[in-house]
Amino acid sequence: MSRTTNLLFTGVGGQGTILTTKLLSAALAEAGNDVKMSEIHGMAQRGGTVNTQLKFGDKVYALNIGEGEADYVVAFEKAEALRALPFLKKGGTLVMDEREIYSMPVLLGQQSYPSNWNSEVNAKDYKIIVVPAAKIASELGSTRNANVVLLGAIAKLLGVKINIPEKFGDAAKKAYEAGEGAVN
Amino acid sequence: MSKQILSGNEAVARGAWEAGVRVAAAYPGTPSTEILENIAEYKDDLYATWANNEAIAAELAFGAAVGGMRSLTAMKHVGMNVAADPIFSGAYAGINGGMMIVSADDPGCHSSQNEQDNRLYAEHAKLIMLEPSDSQECLDFTKAAYELSEKYDMLALLRMTTRVCHSKSVVETGERTAPEIKPYNGDWTKYVVLPVNARRRHILLEQSIAKLREEGYSSPLNRIEMNEGATVGVISSGVSYQHAREAFGDTVSYLKLGITFPICGKLVKEFAAKFGKVVVIEEGEPYLSTRIKAMGVAAEAPDFIQGELNAAHIRAAFGIAEPGEKVDVSGLQDAPARPPVLCAGCPHRGFFYALSKRKGKFVGVGDIGCYTLGVNPPFNGMDICICMGSGFAIPIGLSRALEAQGDTRRVFGFVGDSTFFHSGFNSLVDAVHQKSNVCLVVLDNSITAMTGHQENAHTEKNLQGYQVPAIPIEKMVLATGLAPERLIEADPVDQDAIGRAIDAGIANEGVTVIITRRPCVLLKEEIKARGTKHCEVSAEKCVGCKACMKIACPALAFDEAQKKAYVADTANCTACGLCKQMCKVGAIGEVQ
Repeated sequence: MSRTTNLLFTGVGGQGTILTTKLLSAALAEAGNDVKMSEIHGMAQRGGTVNTQLKFGDKVYALNIGEGEADYVVAFEKAEALRALPFLKKGGTLVMDEREIYSMPVLLGQQSYPSNWNSEVNAKDYKIIVVPAAKIASELGSTRNANVVLLGAIAKLLGVKINIPEKFGDAAKKAYEAGEGAVN
Repeated sequence: MSKQILSGNEAVARGAWEAGVRVAAAYPGTPSTEILENIAEYKDDLYATWANNEAIAAELAFGAAVGGMRSLTAMKHVGMNVAADPIFSGAYAGINGGMMIVSADDPGCHSSQNEQDNRLYAEHAKLIMLEPSDSQECLDFTKAAYELSEKYDMLALLRMTTRVCHSKSVVETGERTAPEIKPYNGDWTKYVVLPVNARRRHILLEQSIAKLREEGYSSPLNRIEMNEGATVGVISSGVSYQHAREAFGDTVSYLKLGITFPICGKLVKEFAAKFGKVVVIEEGEPYLSTRIKAMGVAAEAPDFIQGELNAAHIRAAFGIAEPGEKVDVSGLQDAPARPPVLCAGCPHRGFFYALSKRKGKFVGVGDIGCYTLGVNPPFNGMDICICMGSGFAIPIGLSRALEAQGDTRRVFGFVGDSTFFHSGFNSLVDAVHQKSNVCLVVLDNSITAMTGHQENAHTEKNLQGYQVPAIPIEKMVLATGLAPERLIEADPVDQDAIGRAIDAGIANEGVTVIITRRPCVLLKEEIKARGTKHCEVSAEKCVGCKACMKIACPALAFDEAQKKAYVADTANCTACGLCKQMCKVGAIGEVQ
């Protein structure tokens, strides 16, 4: 069976996970890979958890990435990183922003937010790379580019180069480069 | 020829354009919506439009096909229930130009109310059924569907699932080759399904099915993949084939069926005879396996009726080891739940909050739209919601049942502006005509919101961006003969105004109609108009009473340590002013 590299992107509706996955897919296809990505959306697009999946390699069949199958989990939000962790395989890498977005049960005080989970965890069979994407993007002019910072980080880890479209503006280009720099 | 990364939906749109489709119509519904949105881009070559419901869309496409054009209609699985009437009888009449219906099923209910398997419709309605398994096949099968539709004078069904619709993969695209429009011949012995014609058409239809079944033997849409040394033959179709491929790899051989109605028995039996063991892998109903077993093939078919299939389910059923090992997550707390919520500034919040203050005085019945989220705490706005149109029709029956047992609560029904045109209006006519005791509410936010902002009969622009007359909901309501004082229009965020409207709805005998007016906050023009305007809570004035938290706005948070409310997400806050009305000490104000 041909070997594929599996990535799971997770965040909250509106954070730009789908756009990030699209740009990365295009670059990976350009580099000669067979690529499949999902963009399941609908009821959860606003305020809910959004997961997109990307698989690439010589030949990709099914897209669904099961638990223990992701080489990389890229999380745009801290609690979503925790939720997606079972999908990571042993030896895999979690790339995460530490941004916290409180869900309704947290806002209503019914559930607690796991602010410190990644500093308390003993990640012995996987790697956590924290990229303060929202913070970096904000310093570069727009929090909206946090997804581009994470894109730069994961592209660097995968060894591909993405040309950020002109229409995204200069701040996005700088955000991408800052993301690349964050995983050196 | 060029290579692009396309979703299944984008590839269907591209394939339909390449096949020369000239008319396309649909009602939006996840996961099918992007098919029409994408085909609409080919403005110079075809007419694409939203229709008020799926039956209208199917009839519109059928009309174009009988008129000689290739046409398309697309819908989510439950939409096909609405369109079933024209489809079943249209199948008897047959077409002139080719016609393809797309059904986008949703195993796993990613964004749907059920998991119905519309493959069963193909056999029942007698439609050519093609099942693509990736984006390339979406394009190729779409083109093939038009060829087969015209060759056999049948309607074609392209049956997709969420995973096929919303997955992107590499597609080789081609150019448009549009056949000439076929002359319209007005043959009433074909297109008027009087019993005398229908009986004859049924015979011809069965003959077409028999011929198509034979073509399946040599059609490239059905494919055999032999693997050396394999003793097991797997029969599958659509996305299930990809899952099977993932789970079994090259250890088995495959019969991948592209034409799944009619199924070519000769092909299946010849394939099955080569193996000691035959396995059918399919997501949803045992559609293939039941028919294959009926052919006398002893096939093994694990039950995957519920939920979305994946390779792990297949591995578990056949005792195949998982490829990866999970990381150790022991000792970690669970991530807090993140249910979908009404957006900050959503006009529906104001309505459902005002309604929730009248707890015990109403029973709510919902419909399909963003406002279905009004069911969630703290609003608890509805007890019942099953389908498009249910919001205005169920109250007519429910109110009778409640009255009969002395329950004096008023039954309220909710639809959106788009849902009102889909089927709500018909029910309103019945409610007025039958002198029902109900309060019917149109939650008008000026757009079909939940599926991602599609135009509807109430908007001034259509799918392809042209100016069209917006149909006024209030005039339609009054056209039923409802007394003008029984129609109340109110801003749902204005708690006094909407509260008075709801109170009138509770008190009135007979029908009351409330139209709430406020656009969806995610509309581009709304975003532009408000700029960076948002609310702020004065920490000095805030007394920590949490009155503002009762509206469950995702932009508001409460600092338990400081005992103060604050706007946690200023970019998300729209300064709608609902929280301001909750605050009794005037701590909340607007800032730019």
